[in-house]
Amino acid sequence: MNGITLALIPLLPLLAAALTCGLQNGRRAAALAIAAMLGSCGLALAAFNQAWGMEPNEHTTFDIPWLTVGDTAIPLGFVLDPLNGAMLAMVTFIGLLIFIYSAGYMKDDRRMARFFCYLSLFAAGMLGLVLANSLLLLFMCWEIVGVASYLLISFWFHKPEAAAAGKKAFIVTRIGDMGFLIGILLAFKTTGTLTLYNDAETGMLQQHLTGTVFGFSVAAVISLLLFMGAVGKSGQLPLHVWLPDAMEGPTPVSALIHAATMVAAGVFLVARTFPLFEVPLYEEGILKMTHVVAWVGAITALIAALIALGQYDIKRILAYSTVSQLGLMMVGLGVGGVAVGMFHLLTHAFFKALLFLGAGSIIHGCHEEQDIRKMGGIGKSMRITSIAYLCGTAALVAFPFTSGFFSKDEILASAWASSKPIFWIAAAASLLTAVYMTRQCLYVFAGTHRGEHTPHESPQVITVPLVILAVFALGLGAMAHSSVFEKLPGEAAEHETIVIVVSVIVALGGIALGWLIYRGRALGQEADPLAVTPLVRKLWFDELYAATVGRLWALAIIIAEQLNELLLSVRDLAVLLADRIGNAFAIGGDRKLIDTLAFDGMCNRLRSAGHAVTRLQNGFLPAYLRLIALGAVALGLLVALMK
Amino acid sequence: MTLHHYLILAAVLFCVGLMGAFTRRNAIVVLFSVEIMLNAANLNFIAFWRYSDNPALLHGPMFTLFAIAVAAAEVAVGLALVIAVYRHFKTVDLESMDTLREE
Repeated sequence: MNGITLALIPLLPLLAAALTCGLQNGRRAAALAIAAMLGSCGLALAAFNQAWGMEPNEHTTFDIPWLTVGDTAIPLGFVLDPLNGAMLAMVTFIGLLIFIYSAGYMKDDRRMARFFCYLSLFAAGMLGLVLANSLLLLFMCWEIVGVASYLLISFWFHKPEAAAAGKKAFIVTRIGDMGFLIGILLAFKTTGTLTLYNDAETGMLQQHLTGTVFGFSVAAVISLLLFMGAVGKSGQLPLHVWLPDAMEGPTPVSALIHAATMVAAGVFLVARTFPLFEVPLYEEGILKMTHVVAWVGAITALIAALIALGQYDIKRILAYSTVSQLGLMMVGLGVGGVAVGMFHLLTHAFFKALLFLGAGSIIHGCHEEQDIRKMGGIGKSMRITSIAYLCGTAALVAFPFTSGFFSKDEILASAWASSKPIFWIAAAASLLTAVYMTRQCLYVFAGTHRGEHTPHESPQVITVPLVILAVFALGLGAMAHSSVFEKLPGEAAEHETIVIVVSVIVALGGIALGWLIYRGRALGQEADPLAVTPLVRKLWFDELYAATVGRLWALAIIIAEQLNELLLSVRDLAVLLADRIGNAFAIGGDRKLIDTLAFDGMCNRLRSAGHAVTRLQNGFLPAYLRLIALGAVALGLLVALMK
Repeated sequence: MTLHHYLILAAVLFCVGLMGAFTRRNAIVVLFSVEIMLNAANLNFIAFWRYSDNPALLHGPMFTLFAIAVAAAEVAVGLALVIAVYRHFKTVDLESMDTLREE
C-alpha cells in the first residue's frame, strides 16, 4: 500500500462524481458509481488488511507539500493506522451495498444520475475525511460531506420540507463547524503544524502541548472546540435537531449518511484526536474533556431515546435512535477510550444501515407510506425484509450475542468502571431503545395491514444488501470483538457481573416491557400510551429554538433593519451634502468665479480695453503723426537710457 | 565752424519740419514739412561725413543721394495720394479727413 493507491480510495468515487454529473442516463451513472465504489472498496479492504497488521500506535503517513508561506509549510496527506483502516473498510463496504441498493430504490427517479453523482461526491469526501493526516484536509473533506449531505437531504427539493431540512442540516452543523475551525486555528497556533502524525514525531498529536488559555490547558480548549464540530456533525445535544429532519432525503441517503457514516464522522473526529481529549483541563486536575464528552453523550442518548418513543414516522424513530446511539458512542469514547467508542460505531454502522435500508424497503413496499400507524402485517407480505429488519432490531436493542450486544456491553462496562451515573443513564437509554424498537416492530410487522395498498416484497437488488448487512449485524460483534481491542488504543474494562446482568436485563426487559404495553392493543386505531404530547412534540426542542434562537434572530433582523435605515439616512445625508457642495462649486465656483468673473469679466475688460484703445484711433491724422513722434521719442529715450 | 553748428542747424531744421507737420492743415504743406525733416537728416549725414576720420570713403554722400532719390519717389507717391484724396473728399484739409476710425 503506497500513497498513490491510498489516495485512489477517495479519488475513485470523486472521479465517478465528476463523470456522472454530466450524465443523463441513470442506469449508466449507477453502474459507473458502483464500479468506482467497488474499486475503492477493494483498495480499502487491502488497506484494512495492512492496517490490521500494524501495532496499535503505529501510523503510516504519506504527505505531500501543499502550501508554503515563508518558513511555514502545510503538507497535506493521508495516514493509515488501525483506527481509520477499520473505518475505511466499513465505509466502503456499507457504501457499496447502499450504492447497489440505491440503484434499485431510485430506478424510477428522473434525476437518478444526479443522485449517484451526489452519493459519489459524498463517498469521496467521507473517505478523504477518514484518511486525512492533516486537520485541514480533514476539515475540507468534512465540509464536502456537509455539502453532499445538504444536496442529498434536499434531493427532492420540490418538497418544501426537504428543502427546509437540507438548509437546517447545513446551518446547524455549521454552528459546530465554527468551533471546529477555531479549534484548528488554535491548534495551528499552538503546535505550528496541522499534520496529525509524521515520522519525525512532530505531528500535532505527537507533541506534548503546554500552555493555558483562560486558565484551561490549551489541549483541552482545542479538544473542546473540535468537540463542538463533532457535536454538530454527530447530532449530539443541543445540535441534534437537524438529524431527524434530515430524514426528508431519500432513504438510502438516510442509511448511508445519516446513520452509518457521516454522522459517525463526529465520533471519528474525537477518536482521531483522542490524545488531546486525554489532557487534564487544569494543570493538576483530574477533570478531562473525556468527561464532558461522556456526559454530553449520555444525556443525548437518554433524551433522544425518550423522544423516539413518541414518534410515528418509521424513519424518524430510527433517526432519534441514531442520535441516541451516537450519544452512546460518545459515552464509550469518554469513559472507555477509542476502542470502546469505535467498536460501537462499527457495529452500529452495519445494523443501523440495515434498519434504514429495511425501512426503505418497507416504505417502498407500502407505496411510500412512512407512518407506522398505517402499516402492520408487513411480516407476512415482506418476509425477507422483515427478517432482516428484525435482525437489525435485535442488534440495536443489544439482544445477547448480536453485534450490538458486544459493543454496548463494552460501553456499559467501561461506564461502570468510570462513573456510576453515566452507567445508569446509558442503561436507561438502552432500556428505552428496546422499548421503542419493540413498539415499532409491533406496529409495522404484527397484525393486519392498515394501509390502502397491499404491500409487496422488494426486488432482489434491494433485498440482497439487506441480507448481507443482516449477517454482519448479527455476527460482526463476536467476530471483531477481540481484534478491535487488540488493535485500537484503549483498554477493555473488567466485566463485572452486575454489568452483564443489567445489560441483559435492559435488552430483554425492554422488549418485554414493550410487548406488555402494546400487546392486544388495536394499534393505529386507539391512542398510543407512550406517545404523550411532550414526546410527540420532540420535547419542544424546535419550539425552544424558535423561541430563543429564532427570537434572537428576529431581533437581529430588526436591529439589522434599523441599522440599514440608519445607513440609508446617512447615505441620504451624504448625498445631500455632496449635492450642496456640488451646488456651491457649480454656482460659486463655476458660474460666479469661472463664468462671470473669469470668462465674462475677462471679455468685458478686453472689450473696455479695446474701447479705450479705439478712442486713440480717432481718425484725426495729425494726431497719429503726433503719436508716431511720441513713440519715436520714447524709443530714443529708451535706447539712450539702455546705454 | 565746427560740427556742432551743423548739428544745431539740422536740429532746428528738423523741428521746423516737425512743427509744420504737426500744425498745418493742408496735406501738401504737411508733405513739404516732411521733406524738410528729411533734409535735416541729410544735412546730419553730410556733416558727420565731413568731420569723420576718413572722409575719402564717401559714406555720407552715398546715403544722402539714396535719401534724396527715395524722397523724390516718396513725394511722387505722396502727391498722387493727395490728388486721390482730393478727388474723393473735394478737399485737402487734414482736419476733415476723419474716416480712419471706428464709426
